[in-house]
Parts: sequence; C-alpha cells; structure tokens
Amino acid sequence: MENIIEIKHLNKSFGEVKAVRDLSFCVKEGELFAFLGINGAGKSTTINIMCGQLSKDSGKIVIDGSDLDQNVDAVKRELGVVFQNSVLDKALSVRENLESRAALYGITGEAFKVRLKELAHLLDFEDILKRTVSKLSGGQRRRIDIARALLHRPKILILDEPTTGLDPQTRNTLWSVISDLRKNENMTVFLTTHYMEEAADADYVIIIDSGQIVAKGTPLELKNLYTGDFITIYGAKEEEIQMLGAKYEAIRDVYRISVPNTAAATQLILRYPEIFKDYEITKGKMDDVFLTVTGKKLTGGV
Amino acid sequence: MRELCALVKRDTKLFFKDKGMFFTSLITPMILLVLYASFLSSVYEDTFRSSLEAAGASVSDKLIGGCVGGELASSLLAVCCVTVAFCSNMLMVQDKVSGARRDLTISPVKSSTLALGYYISTLISTLLVCYAATAVCLLYVSKVGWYLTMKDVLLLWLDVFLLVMFGTALSSIINHFLTSQGQISAVGTIVSAGYGFLCGAYMPISQFSDGLQKVISFLPGTYGTSLLRNHALRGVFEEMSNQNFPSEVIEAIKDSVDCNLYFFGTQVSESMMYMILVGTVLLLLVIYVLLNMLHGTKEK
Repeated sequence: MENIIEIKHLNKSFGEVKAVRDLSFCVKEGELFAFLGINGAGKSTTINIMCGQLSKDSGKIVIDGSDLDQNVDAVKRELGVVFQNSVLDKALSVRENLESRAALYGITGEAFKVRLKELAHLLDFEDILKRTVSKLSGGQRRRIDIARALLHRPKILILDEPTTGLDPQTRNTLWSVISDLRKNENMTVFLTTHYMEEAADADYVIIIDSGQIVAKGTPLELKNLYTGDFITIYGAKEEEIQMLGAKYEAIRDVYRISVPNTAAATQLILRYPEIFKDYEITKGKMDDVFLTVTGKKLTGGV
Repeated sequence: MRELCALVKRDTKLFFKDKGMFFTSLITPMILLVLYASFLSSVYEDTFRSSLEAAGASVSDKLIGGCVGGELASSLLAVCCVTVAFCSNMLMVQDKVSGARRDLTISPVKSSTLALGYYISTLISTLLVCYAATAVCLLYVSKVGWYLTMKDVLLLWLDVFLLVMFGTALSSIINHFLTSQGQISAVGTIVSAGYGFLCGAYMPISQFSDGLQKVISFLPGTYGTSLLRNHALRGVFEEMSNQNFPSEVIEAIKDSVDCNLYFFGTQVSESMMYMILVGTVLLLLVIYVLLNMLHGTKEK
C-alpha cells in the first residue's frame, strides 16, 4: 500500500503555545487511521492544516502526491470532511444543502442528481430529501453530513469525532456505511474519536499529546506494548486466586487477573491447571493504552 | 462561475428562509412607520401648513399629503437600503459562527468567490426588499398626493439602487471583521438605531446643531437620503411654485427637509451628491476587495 498522506516535521504555534511540534507520520491508502489525543492535544490543528484552513509554521504535507503548499485545490478535492458539529445550513432542506455544496466542486445538473441518488440510497435518506435540516434528528443530520463529505468522491474521508452524541444504533449504521466505502472504494479514513472501541478497529493508531506523537502502531502493537493481558477466571475461590501471586480484582463472582503478557498468562495456566477450569484471556483495551501513554483519560461522547 | 451562482443562490435563500434575519432587517423601517403613524406625520403636516400659511399661501390637503408622503417615502427608503443590507450581510458572520464557513472553505472555492457571493446575494436580497418597499411607498404617495413624473420615479429607483450598493459595500467591510453572535447583535442594534438618525430619516439634519450638521455632512449616506428627498418631493415643490408660492418659502422648506444640503456653507448640487455616492461605493468596493485579498494571503 502506498502512502496517501505524508506529514513531515509539521510545526504550528499560536503565540507562545506550541500546538503542533515536529509532527511526522504517514497514512497508507485504504486504511482506517485513528488520530487520538485529548482536547487541545493538537488534533484539530493538524486537521485544519491538512485541509488548508490554517497555515503552518514549518513542515511539509503531501496528500495523494500533491504538496499542500503547491496545490491546495488539488488537495481539497481529495478530502471529504465530517466535522465534529454539523455545519449544514439549518434553514435549508437536505437537497438544497447538498446541491449548494456539490456546486462548489463543479457538480451540478444531471451529475448532481445522479450523485444525490447514489448517496441517498447508500446512506438511506431518500425520504428526507425535502425536509429542512433543522427538523432532522441527530442521526439523520449526521448521515447528511457524511453525504456532504462524500459528494465529490474524495479519496480520503476525515472524520472528526463523527459519532459523538449519537445513539449506538446510529453509530453502528454509520460505521457499517464507512466500512462498505472502504471496501468498495478503497477509501482512506482518517479518524479522531473519543470512543476507544472505534479506535481499536483502526489499522493504525497515533496518539498525540501536547502536539507531539507519544505512541504509534497497530492497536495490537500498542496493547502489547503499553498494557498487559487479563485472565478472567470463573468458578474459582479467592484463596485459589491468591495462590497465583498475581494482581487481581474481584468482579461479582469472577476474578480478573492482570498479567504482563500472553506468555506470562500461559505460564500461569500451565503451573496451576486445576484453578483454570473456566477462563478467558483478553488483551488490554485501547483506553488502558491511552491512559498509560498520556497519563490522561480520554473523556467525551455521551 | 457555477460556484458563484451556487453561493449566491444559497445565501439569498438563507436570508429569506431565516425568518429571524429577515424580520430583523425590517425592524428599522417598522420603527419609522410607527413614528410616522403616531406623531411624525402630523408634526410635518403642521410644520408645512403653518410655514406656508404664515407666508400667506393657502394650501390644499393633497399638496400637504404629497409633502408628508414624499418625506415618509424618502426616509423609509433611506434607512431600508442600509439596514436591510446590514442584516442580509450578517450571513457572512453567521457562517463563521455556525461553522458553515469552514464547510465552504474546505472545498476548492476561492475566498474571493466566497466574498463576491456574499456581496451579490446581499445586493439581490436588499434590492428585492427595497424595491418592494419602493412600490409600496409609491402606492402610498399616490393615495395621499401624487405629484411625481416618470423621471422622478425612475430617479427614485436609481437612488434606491445606489443606496443599496452603498449599504451592501459598507456592511461587507464592517461584517468582514465580525466573528461572534454578540458582535452581530451589537452592530445590528447600533446600525438599526443609529443610521436612521445619522442619515436624517428620523429627523431632518437641518434640525441638528451646527456642529453635528458639519460632522454628518462628511457621511456619504446623508447625500443618498437627500437625493431620495429631492426626487420624492420635486413634484410637490414644482406644484407649490406653479401655485405662486413665494420662492423663499419653498427654499426654506427645502432646507428644512434636507433637500438642500450644505457642506461648510456651500450647497451641494444633485450631480455632486451622485458623484459622492458613486465614488463612495467604488471606494468601499475597492477596500472590500483589498480586505479579501489580504485575508486570502494571510490564510495561506
């Protein structure tokens, strides 16, 4: 897979505050890339620079082979952005909103009608095309936001906390659509989220803190590196668990034992097979990774 | 071009569909109507009648009606052209507040196209409202006392067009610097409350103190109001002249209703008023273009 986004030594300051410090990373074509950090870590600044909304102090950004400094319009044509908050015109209908935005990419007339039909079918909003955006529910509005971002068939979809405030069913629907888009159109998805379970599905994760990268890798690499494994044992007595000599916690009638890694878990099981009659081994969660790496808990969403 | 058309269509639709913005823009003309309905109309009527009768002239109700009607129409249109433009152009700021501006600039549309879109849509929206107001005003004048010629009517439409151009250009520059809802409210209130006084719509400038009159004579909008007055009342004054009213009395009335404006003692002719207004519009447009060019460079 080729790099579709290349960022090298990116720096941006607002007065005395260094929002982004020597940030360098690549995103491969077609992957789901999670860009994590607490509020104020520099995520939005980086995205705004990538989208040509904000100037950078130094560094280089190449998106789909186009240098942002040389050809910002070409870069903009490859990006579709779903903002944290809906930025559609609330007084206009769904169709009017999409029509006005499509025209900014030169999509008008028959071409617009065809694209609108495709998106309305894909995101299931055929029956609300004439409805005013202010009268839509949160989930419906989010679907239109995504449709707006996809109007010009971008190669990269930037999702800035797209599921914040949505109910689980709508979140699932949105992720299903995004998953289909990735499969069918090889779309690259650049995601920032406060939901760690969403980041856990990413192909690659970068965690930034105070404008610089503090951890990067696949979710599995990060979990292996920054968290241990957990063995959950069912039907054991506390005295037996104490015999294991590992850190544990009682959760109702089960015990959750922390071990450094899977190898340590295997050793423990082999040493005390009589205790491990009913058990399961799980990796640490992305929440634990985030907490270990930044020392901060990622809060947000509902 | 397609981008510009789409932006103009969007901005214009938003102005008329956003009831808050649309009705806010009509507040100042409404205030003026209420003022006229409640007391200004009778004050003017009494003033005209007493000044004419003091000069020994008997005056018909139709002539007085034409005078008061012309005064009302010109005042209403003078404020409408600027306040409606300001409110319509608030969309530029609201887009910044709501984040829609980000959504627009995320596309490959040029910032100059975006700026032009706001300008043209404000111009269209304001012209639609103001021309509708002009039609209503003319209808009113025809009821109370019609002395206008076709030329007067055409010149009134031209005056409205120029004042709308002025209001749109001025609001474009001021709104360019606004970024929050609070600023929108503040500027909206100041313009709505203040412009009517400054341009002489609520009260003729001739009734202000000498110092204030001198200050106001530097404001180009004043000359727009005066042009409207001249064209709305020209027929009335001609009729007065035909009825052999003393020319001193007619000139005194012209002075009192700001048909005659003086810049440090020198009377400003109508052609000069047009030059001032057109020159100001051009200057404001150049400033607006420069602001957007500078802003675009700064963004990059």
